[in-house]
Amino acid sequence: MEFKNPEQEIEGFQHRLAFAGAFVLLAFFLLFARLFWLQIFQHEYYRTRAEENRISLVPILPNRGLILDRNGVVMARNYSAYTLEITPSRAGNVEAAIDGLAQVIEIQPKDRKRFKKLLEESKNFESLPIRTRLSDEEVAKFIAHRYRFPGVDIKARLFRQYPYNESASHLLGYIGRINDNDLDRIEEKDAEPNYRGTEHFGKTGLELKYEFDLHGQTGFEKVEIDAGGRAVRVLSRIPPVTGNNLTLTVDAKLQQIAEQAFGNRRGALVAIEPSTGGILALVSMPGFDPNLFVDGIDSQNWDSLNNSPDKPMVNRALNGAYPPGSTFKPYMALAALEIGKRTAQQTIFDPGSYSFGGHVFHDDKKGGHGTVDMYKSIVQSCDTYYYMLSNDLGIDNIANFMSKFGFGQKTGVDIEGESEGVLPSQEWKKKRFKKPEQQRWYAGETISIGIGQGYNAYTPIQLAQAIATLANDGVMFRPHIVKYITDTRTGKATPIETQPLRTIPLKPQHLETIKQALVGVNKEGTGARAFAGAEYVSGGKTGTAQVYSLKGEKYSEGHVVEHLRDHALFIAFAPADQPKIALAVLVENGGFGAQAAAPIARQVLDYYLLGKQPKTAAPADSAEPEGD
Amino acid sequence: MQLRALWQKFAAPIDPPLMTMSLILLGFALLVLSSAASERLGAQLFNMLVALLVMRVTAQISPQKLMYFALPLFVGGLLLLVAVALFGDVSKGARRWLNLGFMRIQPSEIMKIAMPLMLAWYFQRHETYLRLREYVVAALILLLPVALIAKQPDLGTAILVLAAGFYVIFLAGLSWKVLAGLVVSAVAMAPLAWTMMRDYQKGRILTLLDPEADPLGKGFHIIQSTIAIGSGGILGKGWGQGTQAQLEFIPERHTDFIFAVLSEEFGLIGSTLLLVLYALLIGRGMMIAANAPTLFTRLLAGSITLIFFTYAFVNMGMVSGILPVVGIPLPFVSYGGTSLTTLFLGIGILMSIHKHRMLVQK
Repeated sequence: MEFKNPEQEIEGFQHRLAFAGAFVLLAFFLLFARLFWLQIFQHEYYRTRAEENRISLVPILPNRGLILDRNGVVMARNYSAYTLEITPSRAGNVEAAIDGLAQVIEIQPKDRKRFKKLLEESKNFESLPIRTRLSDEEVAKFIAHRYRFPGVDIKARLFRQYPYNESASHLLGYIGRINDNDLDRIEEKDAEPNYRGTEHFGKTGLELKYEFDLHGQTGFEKVEIDAGGRAVRVLSRIPPVTGNNLTLTVDAKLQQIAEQAFGNRRGALVAIEPSTGGILALVSMPGFDPNLFVDGIDSQNWDSLNNSPDKPMVNRALNGAYPPGSTFKPYMALAALEIGKRTAQQTIFDPGSYSFGGHVFHDDKKGGHGTVDMYKSIVQSCDTYYYMLSNDLGIDNIANFMSKFGFGQKTGVDIEGESEGVLPSQEWKKKRFKKPEQQRWYAGETISIGIGQGYNAYTPIQLAQAIATLANDGVMFRPHIVKYITDTRTGKATPIETQPLRTIPLKPQHLETIKQALVGVNKEGTGARAFAGAEYVSGGKTGTAQVYSLKGEKYSEGHVVEHLRDHALFIAFAPADQPKIALAVLVENGGFGAQAAAPIARQVLDYYLLGKQPKTAAPADSAEPEGD
Repeated sequence: MQLRALWQKFAAPIDPPLMTMSLILLGFALLVLSSAASERLGAQLFNMLVALLVMRVTAQISPQKLMYFALPLFVGGLLLLVAVALFGDVSKGARRWLNLGFMRIQPSEIMKIAMPLMLAWYFQRHETYLRLREYVVAALILLLPVALIAKQPDLGTAILVLAAGFYVIFLAGLSWKVLAGLVVSAVAMAPLAWTMMRDYQKGRILTLLDPEADPLGKGFHIIQSTIAIGSGGILGKGWGQGTQAQLEFIPERHTDFIFAVLSEEFGLIGSTLLLVLYALLIGRGMMIAANAPTLFTRLLAGSITLIFFTYAFVNMGMVSGILPVVGIPLPFVSYGGTSLTTLFLGIGILMSIHKHRMLVQK
């Protein structure tokens, strides 16, 4: 048993108390050190994190640039429409809110589906559209019931609109909701920050090619948000910058005239200003309505566009490769002159066919054209003349010469989806085929190349570029659709193309010979009927490209099903002395070029040169074949 | 003159230094609260008045009288804890409340004062011969209610009650050898304790070690309060200007995490000022304990003082991310009437001990 005296006990207690006091001081010092560390050393780091917590950048979308034709006619614009939008963070039960809204305003299952998808992709302080393009009546209806729907608002948003609907659809293209493919393109351009909040992206045509010009600069609103993600107030605002406007070389009215000239036939037309390479019209028929895509195309429309045998989504002017038929002959003749295999006056006798290696190549005209010089060979489109010429030139000479005019090469036009086509040569064949016996070029294969058949396959835009280059005396331009890009802020216009691609060295007298022959075609040859009474002098050449190979039988239009009929072609330029326009027309399965394609060219030239509107009647189809 | 006499009579048992420090702390509390949750200002003002009244009344009661309360208060509290375990109301997954029909009480709160009172009383009774046996009994007196509280579960209160009792035993002179043994065995028992802990308790400890592992879940509170403190810097963002506080990133910003609001808006200056105020208050308490006339009053005063420290340290440690999250409010500052009343009950006891020190000796 231990007895303690009070003094000892008090002393012991005070020691313990002192120990505890020291412990308290130590603990408080530890706390102070922690606070010092956080508030002094780590201050910057935590300050930044606090800012990140509270500040959110809300993108403000820029207006997309306009697309204007060469005369300032608007071909793609934006219009403001009312959308019904829900801010999920403020709306509470979103499903219930939508059910409630459906009693006031029509909301279809597809609207719900789209909203659901948007909801999954979005941040919760954004407002998302449940319905777009509300009518005034619907807006009024909603406003009357607005008090019932917290977090639901009417907002004005901009939509893309193509006022000419189907006209120039392949050229303009369309925009649609951004997909993974588009995101890759954005990433490639390092443009992700500028695309925050952007919902649409150019999918085809100019909308795709010039996406980054048209888009504009996204503005930002610095918003203070609370822990629940609700915007409390706006701190600062960087306004968006409207996208650049595109002014095209295209003449919207000419484009429409050309499209109407096709009626309901399939085909393509490319018209170029020879002195600049600017595309005046680029037609691919049938077209489609790009407005359908802006909001997300519905499956019914999509199926009908995709499954149509007429393939309206294919841009035939760039993507389709067709045998040029007789439109190839002027270039063959020019090659002969340049290489020195023929003179203009030199004649051949055409008995109606040409035999080579035991194979008989028929001329289109029974009994033949008789004595034929170069002028007549073009004006009357004599096949025999070119069978012989092909043989004399040889395939590689032909290929070398034709490649200068751009045949078999992408033109580099400023929309995507161009095909190369086929400019046949020995080298091409070697690359094209695998088996050695197929890789060899047979001399007999050269014969039909001269009349634009055989392996020949070119896109309508290549044909147009070639005739424009010929019309421009060999000075060649890259065909292009955009004339200049205008910065909407500064008003500064940047021209797209001013310099020619190259100048093909051609003797002026040779060019003169060919041009005169082409003028002859429209005056007294295969194009004469289509150009009867024209108030200007034009050059042209008809062509018919075989789709269906008839074995020994005489081709007869009536007996062949429509899609196996020949393609009709026509190339032209006018006025002959100083060409302002050159074009190539292709009518798929149209039959003879003179009959189906030349009248379309006539309407286009009449309008462009004279401002003459075509009569409402569809293009004449009654003319008798005059040989191709 | 009568008014003056009345005032003197009213102020007589009040210790000016303790009173001054308490009032400064309360003023600070009102300032922070008016920024964190101004709508609760009136209610807290009322709580403060009630707490001060309790303090004044307690200060009047002599330590001898307090001794009479010790055993009944403890036994009553213990019975209520048992009753809670048997019939208590469950709220937020814990059984802490007892519904008496006309009011709901939280008996564990009583233990914060009843425990040191009881142990101090026990040691006073066995003042002349304190052997290991007495310490073992004291340990049993301590651990039984702590176990009941911890089982509710209410880790925060259990820690405070455990600390309060431990301080009495420590100050009573538990030998250093036993203390060292306790520390060693506590370390050895840690793995066992880990296996006995509930998942959410384990989670709190894991969260402390790496809050960023689960930034939106368990770590959210700690991350946000640490950001608030750190972003305050030296001078703070200014009253009402704390973005973490005003935009509700700080959880429980008017109760357990109010220190984050204070540190964000008043910076290192403000948080250090608070530390100094606590240190002064604790220092005054220790002075009172050191000068207390009897073992009972010494132990009681020392324990109560150290409880203030425990409150403050555990809360600030938790909010600044060096201790796990346990539900302990910031003393004098956090919103809420219960803990404030308990704290001022303690202040009142300290004042009473100080006031009556001479009387006992006489």
